Amino acid sequence: MLNNAITDLLTKMADDELIMGHRNSEWTGLGPVMEEDIAFSSMAQDKIGHSWALYRIIEENLGGSQADIFAFCRPENEYKCCHLVEYPNAGYDFSLMRHFLFDQAEAVRYESMLESSFEPLQQLSRKVKGELKYHTLHANAWVMQLSKAGEESYDRMQTALNEIIALAAGIFEPGKANEQVLIDAKVYPGEKELYSRWLDRIYPVLVKASLNLPPLESITPAYGGRTGQHTPYLAPLLKEMGEVFNLDTAANW
Amino acid sequence: MTMEITIENIYNSLQQVMDPEIPVLSVVELGMITDVVLQDNGAEVHMIPTFAACPAVSYIQRNIRQQLEKDLHISVTVIVDKHITWNSNRITEEAKIKLEQFGIAAPKRLAEEVSEDLFVEVPCPHCGSTETYLRAPFGSTLCRAIHFCKSCGQIFEQFKPLE
Repeated sequence: MLNNAITDLLTKMADDELIMGHRNSEWTGLGPVMEEDIAFSSMAQDKIGHSWALYRIIEENLGGSQADIFAFCRPENEYKCCHLVEYPNAGYDFSLMRHFLFDQAEAVRYESMLESSFEPLQQLSRKVKGELKYHTLHANAWVMQLSKAGEESYDRMQTALNEIIALAAGIFEPGKANEQVLIDAKVYPGEKELYSRWLDRIYPVLVKASLNLPPLESITPAYGGRTGQHTPYLAPLLKEMGEVFNLDTAANW
Repeated sequence: MTMEITIENIYNSLQQVMDPEIPVLSVVELGMITDVVLQDNGAEVHMIPTFAACPAVSYIQRNIRQQLEKDLHISVTVIVDKHITWNSNRITEEAKIKLEQFGIAAPKRLAEEVSEDLFVEVPCPHCGSTETYLRAPFGSTLCRAIHFCKSCGQIFEQFKPLE
């Protein structure tokens, strides 16, 4: 029962990072300036590395399938990523705002797991926390800079925030029965608590950037991803991402 | 002549295994080795990657095995240690000097968590000036950041401080 709940939680986290990593990698060669091209490419590598570490825990500690097979060979409705990470990159405004909201959420999630009763997760969190610092540092700096870079730039950042906030709130989709099992077993503090810590974390940065957080009671969080109901953007992404791997899943690289 | 199989000789041999991305530093100098255990017919080497997504881990594991087989004729198991996480204070002081000579600024010593302050006035490895600023917290490999030196007008890389 507890192991199933942990597998469910780790799958959500790993799938988020795998898909976000893939989207980040789509900026390789296309970034608006060289440093940003490198930043998104590096973050892609980090994200995919973190997802791999989580898939390995599922494989080694929880009796799951082999990590690569699990990552690339599931049907679409068995992926548990949130809708936020599935959306195409669109413009740099959208991509950057998503990066900010997503990485701040990851930071509070991993920090909450530093005390997890599930030891492999506790160990991984220590490692990931330090690396994520660079992601949030990057995101904060750009959100603040672009929001102060003139009227058009400010408008675009505010518009991006307005468009993405409901998707971002969907990261914290309630995990039903499993979630209570995890809270009781002190694996992590639960989605509701993380949502409130996340708001505390993003708010000061948005204030510094003079951006207005849309009233949260007026938004409908984009739920569904955690139970396998996805946007139309996920299926083509999975097809592209697994294209080479699926040519021969037994090939030795 | 075959060298005696001792922990010390194993470490001496590991000093010859270089990091593939910074070929002037060995895995020992980078603080990647966490333990060496002698066994009946060989040894077990415990190591940690600098960054979780380091693509060179299996390559380094292979290099460690080959080096020890060559020097000491023993079979070696290389284990990734999950109990210890790498941080930039593990780089030895001697290694930091080599890093600077290689053209990469060394990470400042961490007393607490990583903050923006650690990226201010990083001495330029080319001219030594501290009139520098951070261009990007990411670089050509996961462990590097990009800085610019206002004195000599050059871009340089820094090995990132990591908690």
